[in-house]
Amino acid sequence: MKVLYFAWLKEKTGTSQEELDLPEGVSDVEGLMHWLRDRDNGFASAFSKDALIRVAVNHEYVEQDHVLANGDEVAFFPPVTGG
Amino acid sequence: MIRVQEHDFDPGVELELLSKGNNAIGGVCSFIGMVRDFAGDEQISAMTLEHYPGMTEKQLEAIEKEANERWPLDATLIIHRYGRLEPGERIVFVAAASAHREAAFEACHFLIDWLKTKAPFWKKENASSGDQWVEAKTCDDEATKRWEQD
Repeated sequence: MKVLYFAWLKEKTGTSQEELDLPEGVSDVEGLMHWLRDRDNGFASAFSKDALIRVAVNHEYVEQDHVLANGDEVAFFPPVTGG
Repeated sequence: MIRVQEHDFDPGVELELLSKGNNAIGGVCSFIGMVRDFAGDEQISAMTLEHYPGMTEKQLEAIEKEANERWPLDATLIIHRYGRLEPGERIVFVAAASAHREAAFEACHFLIDWLKTKAPFWKKENASSGDQWVEAKTCDDEATKRWEQD
């Protein structure tokens, strides 16, 4: 699946987008966030507070219990500030 | 119609095009969001808007569709810019046209309130103390809540 990061999540992880296979044992958004957090210091810092992160799967907002499938486009970003 | 673009737009031209050829329109209400030169006590020299191509368009289309379901509108327009913008520059334009003013006023207000909490844009300000990401405001969430329906 494709995973994208925006705003300070992009800066902290040093990643704007990447291709990932759904890691073993991970089934939902929350699981993926915990898996990403354990990667390195940058990801740990970006994903240190779940409450500050919004998630979209295939361009729609989802909650952290949303079940993931390979082929999904998952995006992590802060609360939006447009307008 | 929705547009996401880096370049500026001409509000006069956009308003002209919005109602042109439809004489059932009795009123057009519009809102323009601009870059301020301050944030709290700080001076802002510029800001950079990042967005999520693909999701942005999808969310703006959904917001426009929702407005058209709630009010009897003849035309709607949302233009949102991204990239580097300086104080005084236009960021966003929303407009709603209807036979009567109430629908136009309400729909215009709704469009900008919903856009602010749902469209995936992020502002980074170049402030006197350094660059900083703008934090989402509780008052924007409150503004959106008043449009929520059961």
